[in-house]
Amino acid sequence: MKFGIQVNEGPYNHQSSDSAYQFTKAALEKGHEIFRVFFYHDGVYNGSRLGVPPQDDRNITELWEALAEEHDLDLVVCVAAAQRRGVLDASESKRNGKDADNIAPKFRISGLGQLIEAGVQSERLLVFGD
Amino acid sequence: MAMLHTVNKSPFEKNTLDSCIDHALKGSSILLFEDGVYGALKGTTIAGKVLQAMGDVSVYVLGSDLRARGLSEESIIEGIKITDYPGFVDLAGSHANVQSWL
Amino acid sequence: MSEIIKKFMYVNRRAPYGTIYALESLEVVLIGAAFDQDVSLAFIDDGVFQLTSGQDTKDAGMKNFSPTYSALGDYEVTKIYVEKESLEERGLTLDDLQDLKYEDEDEDWAEKDSIRLVNRAELAKVMDEQDVLLSF
Repeated sequence: MKFGIQVNEGPYNHQSSDSAYQFTKAALEKGHEIFRVFFYHDGVYNGSRLGVPPQDDRNITELWEALAEEHDLDLVVCVAAAQRRGVLDASESKRNGKDADNIAPKFRISGLGQLIEAGVQSERLLVFGD
Repeated sequence: MAMLHTVNKSPFEKNTLDSCIDHALKGSSILLFEDGVYGALKGTTIAGKVLQAMGDVSVYVLGSDLRARGLSEESIIEGIKITDYPGFVDLAGSHANVQSWL
Repeated sequence: MSEIIKKFMYVNRRAPYGTIYALESLEVVLIGAAFDQDVSLAFIDDGVFQLTSGQDTKDAGMKNFSPTYSALGDYEVTKIYVEKESLEERGLTLDDLQDLKYEDEDEDWAEKDSIRLVNRAELAKVMDEQDVLLSF
């Protein structure tokens, strides 16, 4: 089965990203396909590479990146939500006259159309939020 | 095939479980996870509504979130099935669609 | 854009302004309109507050995005379900809401109401028929 995943909340503040990660991992281990993981609202913060959580707790961004590396996952951060909240890649940063970027390497920034496409192309779309 | 509803907030914090039950058709399923697992507890002000709903709807609760919160299997309403993430994946696949009550 | 047409429902259960979910969900609807899917919106619980008329955000210092709802008809979003019980619980009637319209190209561009007032049981059935339900 092909799943689409939407994550509406940032790391740590809510359990949403953890739950989405656990679901995604379980689905992949069962041999299912993950069409895309789309990060919306505060979910875009999962895509920042600057997080330094305490060493004795999970690093949510790194967990997503490791899963993406292992399974060639498409982790997409919504451009509009990201701009609003200050999550930028190098080209967005330059385009908007900012002096830094912070996107984590395994995430990519793209438009809301990617979420709709995930809904159209997946057999089931699951939303994890608050 | 019926709908899988998911509820992830405590019924004492938000009205999501209430709203979910009010919209769940006969034959559908509800999965309680994250703080939603508190909706599975016996003896609460919402337990009666959950029990009544169980006449028409299958209710599941995510074991890992129960354990994280120190809730035992004995503390939950009889008839609620404890599942895990592989079970959650199977539920999503065996239902026609999924609605997350946030 | 796609051969597949699915029933997409955008479920709105939160009030506007206190959180960003109402605004950002509307942004998905507008972008989604380009994908020619079978779209409906559902407003239940506090979501019905999103549609009230007379929102004046000047002193709150936030952007008033409520005019966007009246543009939905131009984006071919014509099925806007408002739950009767949610209105009644909040002391509202349809008169408190914006009058949302669309022009029906199959009937010589006749102006029609986009809002469909439904009771809980009816909305539950409509939800059940959807392929994709987006919650915010």
